[in-house]
Amino acid sequence: MTALRNDAARLGAEGVTVGYADRVVLDNLDVAIPTGVITTVIGPNGCGKSTLLRTLSRLLKPRQGTVLLDGGDIARLKTKDVAKRMGLLPQTPIAPEGLTVADLVARGRHPHQSWVRQWSSDDADVVARALHMTGVADLAHRPVDSLSGGQRQRVWISMTLAQGTDLLLLDEPTTYLDLAHAIDVIDLVDDLHEGGCTIVMVLHDLNLAVRYSDNLIVMKSGSIVAQGHPSEVITSELLLDTFGLQAKVIDDPVSERPLIVPIGRTHVVSKSDQDLS
Amino acid sequence: MTIAPETPEMHRGLRVGGWSWVWRPWPVLVTVVLAALTFLIFCVSIAVGDFTIELPAVFRTLIGQGERVDEFVIMDLRMPRSLVGLIAGVALGISGALTQSIARNALASPDVLGITGGASATAVFIVTAGGGAAIGGAVGLSTAALTGGLLTGFLVYFMAWKKGIDGFRLILIGVSVNAVMQALTTWLLVLADIRDVARAQRWLVGSLDSRSWTEVWASLWIMAALVVVVLVVAFQMQPMHFGDDVAAGLGVRYSAVRAVLLLCAVLLAGVAVSAAGPVPFVALVAPQITMRLLRSPVPPVMASGLFGALLLIGSDLIARTLLPNDLPVGVVTAIIGGPFLVYLLVRSNLRRAA
Repeated sequence: MTALRNDAARLGAEGVTVGYADRVVLDNLDVAIPTGVITTVIGPNGCGKSTLLRTLSRLLKPRQGTVLLDGGDIARLKTKDVAKRMGLLPQTPIAPEGLTVADLVARGRHPHQSWVRQWSSDDADVVARALHMTGVADLAHRPVDSLSGGQRQRVWISMTLAQGTDLLLLDEPTTYLDLAHAIDVIDLVDDLHEGGCTIVMVLHDLNLAVRYSDNLIVMKSGSIVAQGHPSEVITSELLLDTFGLQAKVIDDPVSERPLIVPIGRTHVVSKSDQDLS
Repeated sequence: MTIAPETPEMHRGLRVGGWSWVWRPWPVLVTVVLAALTFLIFCVSIAVGDFTIELPAVFRTLIGQGERVDEFVIMDLRMPRSLVGLIAGVALGISGALTQSIARNALASPDVLGITGGASATAVFIVTAGGGAAIGGAVGLSTAALTGGLLTGFLVYFMAWKKGIDGFRLILIGVSVNAVMQALTTWLLVLADIRDVARAQRWLVGSLDSRSWTEVWASLWIMAALVVVVLVVAFQMQPMHFGDDVAAGLGVRYSAVRAVLLLCAVLLAGVAVSAAGPVPFVALVAPQITMRLLRSPVPPVMASGLFGALLLIGSDLIARTLLPNDLPVGVVTAIIGGPFLVYLLVRSNLRRAA
């Protein structure tokens, strides 16, 4: 479809079936994550997008099928080796009260440490760099619980970055953030991508996903219904089919991407005026 | 990507060859002071008794240069009691720090793991019930109580096991099992002869009275072995404070780590109960106070052990000197621990309300 799909994928899944108890969430699903770009998984609530991310990150074990990381079965890799190749920011991380930003970000070095090697000069350098890249160096000695939601999310991304991997999985990094902070965080994600990281994330906000991703994975009821560049994937038919959302897809005035304009039941002016494009 | 030239002030490293640790002056200082204080109180508790031995004489005796009389009083009469206090205190402090870390809850303590409840019920059964006396005579009250406590601990552990241990489920099951054990204890006490009840009550409060060297050595070795395991494995616990998913993302096999450390917590609490009886509140209070002293966001494992020892020996000293009737140590720890528990509860309520 696009050149992106032909890139060698470092991360992918082959025929994975994942479920909780007697409910199957992902059914025999194949996916390949193109290297060097931002891939965003979107879909309605309960479609299995977080489950897909959790499966790719090895938090969930598939009943059938395999997740492949650098060509090897991820289930056969040591937990620590996976952590050296792939950084993960789950949905609800906990910061103990009073923990400082520097201490939290420093924890990201854990996969590279051992009991006798707990704080090498490498660790200190990488952590300092991670703090700078995410713009939280000034906050290094502040307790995490004293920060705003947006700052806190930057700190967690900083920790993931300190892991020193160029493959990052982010599960809804903008949830609970107001729009300004969401943009701020996602701009940071884009910076990391510019710096050479491959990024896979789950987002709720469709327009943010369209604006910032090079590759969209659209899911519905545990299957992938479309994948590719937002300009090719996002159409009003797709939005209606997958999300049950009546919407118009127009050209974004500030980027070369599509823009989704939802049509609700109310506040819609006459049909002719709607035809903005 | 541009990197700003100046780096933020990071933790200094303590580096020897390829080995390295974070250098945190304040926690190290506090830990050293705690250790010194514990040693001092330990010596004072040896010095004080029916007749007082001067502290310098105590030091001399401890390094083997004391006089005959002092040596007899100290080594044969007073040391075992103080050492048992030290061992039980360290065991309770560490056990509490592990339990609170794993449960991510400041109000969790090894009592929740079922050890105390099970040991108490067993001890009371042995003291009061007719058939129990035979078992008690054969293996000794402490050993029987320990066995009962460990069995209950494992019961809680296995009931909470469902593809790994979940902190919240563990606490719920532990609280229920503990309630059953307490009901059993009360029931046995109601049925029993009044003289037996007095004996049982004394054990139930926790006491350091009349300890022998045999008891000391057994507990000391078991505790030392467990402390080594905890010391090594606790490094893997650090990312677990951020939640299971983060820990897994950072390469920690959290299920296995949690299982090992919980087992250590159960066994350490068992060591303490068999040595000193179910001394209340030490395991709950020690990690919380140590956290505040060290300004640490999580319960510090080893320093909590030191503070537990300080608290237990100190309480025993108070019980023997300041209070009438030679009260058991558990009464004093309860007097200190009760208000602190209230403080923790009020504080967590305030935070939730804020």
